[in-house]
Amino acid sequence: MFHVKQFDVIVIGGGHAGTEAAAAAARMGSSVGLVTLDPAKIGVMSCNPAIGGLGKGHLVREVDALDGIIGRAGDAAGIQFRLLNRSKGPAVQGPRVQADRSLFRAAVQDLLGKLSGLTIIRGEVVDLVERDNRISGVVLADGTSLGARAVVLTAGTFLNGVIHIGDVSRPAGRVGDAASEKLAARLAALDLPRGRLKTGTPPRLDGRTIDWGRLERQPGDEDPVMLSFLSSGPVVPQVVCGITHTNGRTHDIVRANLGRSAMYGGRIEGVGPRYCPSIEDKVVRFADKESHQVFLEPEGLHDDTVYPNGLSTSLPADVQEAYVRSIRGLEQVRLTAPGYAVEYDYVDPRALDRSLAVRGIEGLYFAGQVNGTTGYEEAAAQGVVAGANAARHARGEAPIVLSRTESYIGVMIDDLTVRGVTEPYRMFTSRAEYRLTLRADNADQRLTPMGAAVGLVGAARLAAFDKKIATLEKARRVLSARRFSPQILASAGIPVSADGRSRNLLECLGFAAVSQETLAVLEPEAAAIPPEAVSQLRREALYATFVERQASSAAAIRRDEGQALPEDMDFGSIAGLSEELRGKLMRIRPANLAQAARIEGMTPAALLLLLTRARRENAQRARA
Amino acid sequence: MDTIYALSTARGRAGIAVVRVSGPAATAAGVALCGALPSPRTAALRTLRRGGDVLDRAMVLRFSAGASATGEDVVEFHLHGGPAVVAAVLGALAAVPGLRPAEPGEFTRRAFENGRMTLTEVEGLGDLLQAETEAQRRQAMRGFDGALRRAAEGWRGLLIEAAALLEATIDFVEEDVPVDVGPTVRALLARVVLDMERELSGFAVAERLRDGFEVAIVGAPNVGKSTLLNRLAGRDAAIVSSEAGTTRDVIEVRMDLAGLPVTLIDTAGLREASDPVEAIGVARGRDRAQAADLRIILVEDGRLPEGVCPSASDIVLRAKADGDPGEGEGVSGATGAGVDALLERIASILSARVAVGGLVTRERQRAAVFRAKGLLESAMIGLDRGQVAELVAEDIRGALAAIEALAGRVDVEMVLGAVFSQFCIGK
Ligand SMILES: Cc1cc2nc3c(=O)[nH]c(=O)nc-3n(C[C@H](O)[C@H](O)[C@H](O)COP(=O)(O)OP(=O)(O)OC[C@H]3O[C@@H](n4cnc5c(N)ncnc54)[C@H](O)[C@@H]3O)c2cc1C
Repeated sequence: MFHVKQFDVIVIGGGHAGTEAAAAAARMGSSVGLVTLDPAKIGVMSCNPAIGGLGKGHLVREVDALDGIIGRAGDAAGIQFRLLNRSKGPAVQGPRVQADRSLFRAAVQDLLGKLSGLTIIRGEVVDLVERDNRISGVVLADGTSLGARAVVLTAGTFLNGVIHIGDVSRPAGRVGDAASEKLAARLAALDLPRGRLKTGTPPRLDGRTIDWGRLERQPGDEDPVMLSFLSSGPVVPQVVCGITHTNGRTHDIVRANLGRSAMYGGRIEGVGPRYCPSIEDKVVRFADKESHQVFLEPEGLHDDTVYPNGLSTSLPADVQEAYVRSIRGLEQVRLTAPGYAVEYDYVDPRALDRSLAVRGIEGLYFAGQVNGTTGYEEAAAQGVVAGANAARHARGEAPIVLSRTESYIGVMIDDLTVRGVTEPYRMFTSRAEYRLTLRADNADQRLTPMGAAVGLVGAARLAAFDKKIATLEKARRVLSARRFSPQILASAGIPVSADGRSRNLLECLGFAAVSQETLAVLEPEAAAIPPEAVSQLRREALYATFVERQASSAAAIRRDEGQALPEDMDFGSIAGLSEELRGKLMRIRPANLAQAARIEGMTPAALLLLLTRARRENAQRARA
Repeated sequence: MDTIYALSTARGRAGIAVVRVSGPAATAAGVALCGALPSPRTAALRTLRRGGDVLDRAMVLRFSAGASATGEDVVEFHLHGGPAVVAAVLGALAAVPGLRPAEPGEFTRRAFENGRMTLTEVEGLGDLLQAETEAQRRQAMRGFDGALRRAAEGWRGLLIEAAALLEATIDFVEEDVPVDVGPTVRALLARVVLDMERELSGFAVAERLRDGFEVAIVGAPNVGKSTLLNRLAGRDAAIVSSEAGTTRDVIEVRMDLAGLPVTLIDTAGLREASDPVEAIGVARGRDRAQAADLRIILVEDGRLPEGVCPSASDIVLRAKADGDPGEGEGVSGATGAGVDALLERIASILSARVAVGGLVTRERQRAAVFRAKGLLESAMIGLDRGQVAELVAEDIRGALAAIEALAGRVDVEMVLGAVFSQFCIGK
């Protein structure tokens, strides 16, 4: 028998999920094989040249807090930085960068190259080596076998991918890449529940043929906010984006050609997202709207390509040109690539547990768009979790599970594995119950210590984090050392109500107007606190009362999340449950009490019945 | 961990009612109601107060965490009073920060989780739990079919609309969504708050329908209260003697009056008490009468009983209308004169109150609606003061969560669904 190369962890796919998964496993000390169709395309952004935003920026910060790469790569490639929602509070502000495509790809590849233990392998995975519901490796198209204790599958939009441009359809993972059909067939044989989803991308424009002078401009922020906790400022020149609008003529052209759209012509069965509608959708579903915004985003510093954000489509190329040219400023524009829609298989994420492992198949993990999500950030966030858990599995360690009370990553994975998806899943801040505590600004405070404890976080980041925490602690001590009466506070210019209650300066930080100079009037030592630390404490103080209100319910959820229900629990035989609840439990198969609690119609007494049953089964198992 | 409270004896019966509080704030709640608590594992008599009002004089027990039934700090109030007293005590507990009404089975669950019960013991409770589940299921079903469900769904619909508008301005700033949603959101909230206020005021009536209306007979000693009570109830409920002050404590008779459950209470005669025991009786009588839904005030020789000031809804009658004929309407327990008219009058007053209706019938429901209303009011203040959107949204989320208890879950998907159907989101 000839030698089979052996890894701890094999990652299939070099998209955003795959790179984070491979990097996470490598950081934890595993030997990792990253198999992808074309290693030169690692770090490619399939769609829009931007990272972050609302909800998504939170995910990026969380991945960064766990020492992932997306934030650092985004900053290295950032040609425009904007913090969204500046007029609102910090909980709902999200950092976003416009990224230079080639710089982003280079940065991702560079960061991966620095990891020891990571081998990048060109190839197409066509088979999984599985025996007795246990994965032990993969087989490539050229017949090579690779062995592994754990495999992370991140094939993105490639499984049975079909792209549509008008009435032309062909198999492809995305433009320029072959679809992954053999692997899809292999998954079908594993009998995993699957479905079809679709997403689309707009045509690309030649920026030299845009009449920028007639367009509204959108510059970046004056004081850029970075994606990564480790970055201090932009490293490449910054650009300005443009804004234009569709008009009645655009809509007429689209409407007249609806029958030729892949989507409206009935050639696509997959479900697309409601929040990222194609131009066809916009014209049909919001027929009374006379105009839609279009953002013109440069794809790079040395690249004339412009991404018209808002014009995603599956109309034929000639129609695309016609409607694009009906838009102000784009009358003479040249299209460099047509927009298209892609349809692909996804695996129902309810087949996964919260560590992103496939239930019932040991050593197999899924992350990214294959799980029914959309977006680089969603993919990257799942990648870290799947990669870390694959590494732990390879070492025989228990999985890491993030709670929805402590991270957006936890919210997303819980949503996916409990509810599944009906359209491509994207993160929004409104999905997080504990939105006021799960902020982009404190992602490191929430996650870095845990990451360090499990070996995900490297020494350099940990040192920077410890320093930051020490500074914050000191600042907290200084500002809470003494209490002042309302009169004294008022005389220093801090407007508090004259309720006779004395307050320390930390509490006063919640009042927007209090400057560091004002604090220093009452507490001279406050002058020496680094301004960033004051800003951070201010963000905390702003929500202090609300956070207290949420603390006990968050604790209850965490406790319930800790109450695992046995995987093979026989919900059907629990006496005292209503027929309806029993049916729901059997269908949803909650993994813990918190998930059971979110089932509609669940009652506290029924939860108690579940809890006692779980304890009994666990006790019996322990005896057996 | 929240601190929970509930009435742990059957509702609405006379005799002793036990209200139990369990959790980290139990001791603080005990102190809030009765000042100093007895030392752990001992019982003591305490006066329960809310603000300046005396609620009851009750036996209070306290158990420390680790040595209580639930394994948490526990305080128990053994109340003497009827439904009105229980309601007043529950209301006072609801106002203590960190406390909320217990869910069914919650005391048991805590006991189990804190290792105060073995598996076998909990399973031994299976029947009980099943009953509890069944009861809750039935109640939930009733809520689902009933008018309360429709009301809650109406509120939910309006609040989801309000939340969607706000969330759109938070999650989709970059998109073509309206920026100034404040006035629309405010109008939606105001509608719900108004509605909730109406339901809350109907709560007392609904509760009465379930637990009974209290009708107190008030008058000076020996004015014929007990005789009247016996006559109204059609049996000897109170010991009647001609010696003033015979009725030392409160006597209650439950009866059905034109289909309404009514508890008649006969209080100790109102006058200056001569001995301490009687003084307690008089004081308690006064409090009960004060808390009653309706008072029948008996006047003798044109004089109101001491310290009584009739309100517009009270029935004032000339006592012993058998002996001395005089001005105004009278009643006599001894001869039965005027009794039918009195019964009719009581029934018509109470029926009129019932007609106002009230969908909120349980303390748990009331607490949920009350909490939701408070949060919505806070959201409206936030809007008026130009508070950041996520804080206003937080209050609305809290209110929606409270309504969840009444009408099933509210899912963020519903909010997002509302956003996507109203606005064209997607750059
Ligand atoms: C047309 C299009 C439109 C999109 N529109 C949007 C949008 O509007 N908004 C948004 O947020 N996101 C959009 N995206 C999604 C975004 O690009 C993805 O969510 C994200 O890239 C998913 O990351 P991933 O790592 O899961 O998969 P991908 O980035 O798709 O990576 C999959 C990787 O797996 C590799 N692979 C596949 N099969 C095999 C195999 N058998 N063997 C070895 N390697 C394999 C591929 O080479 C590739 O490297 C769009 C994507 C496409 C293609």
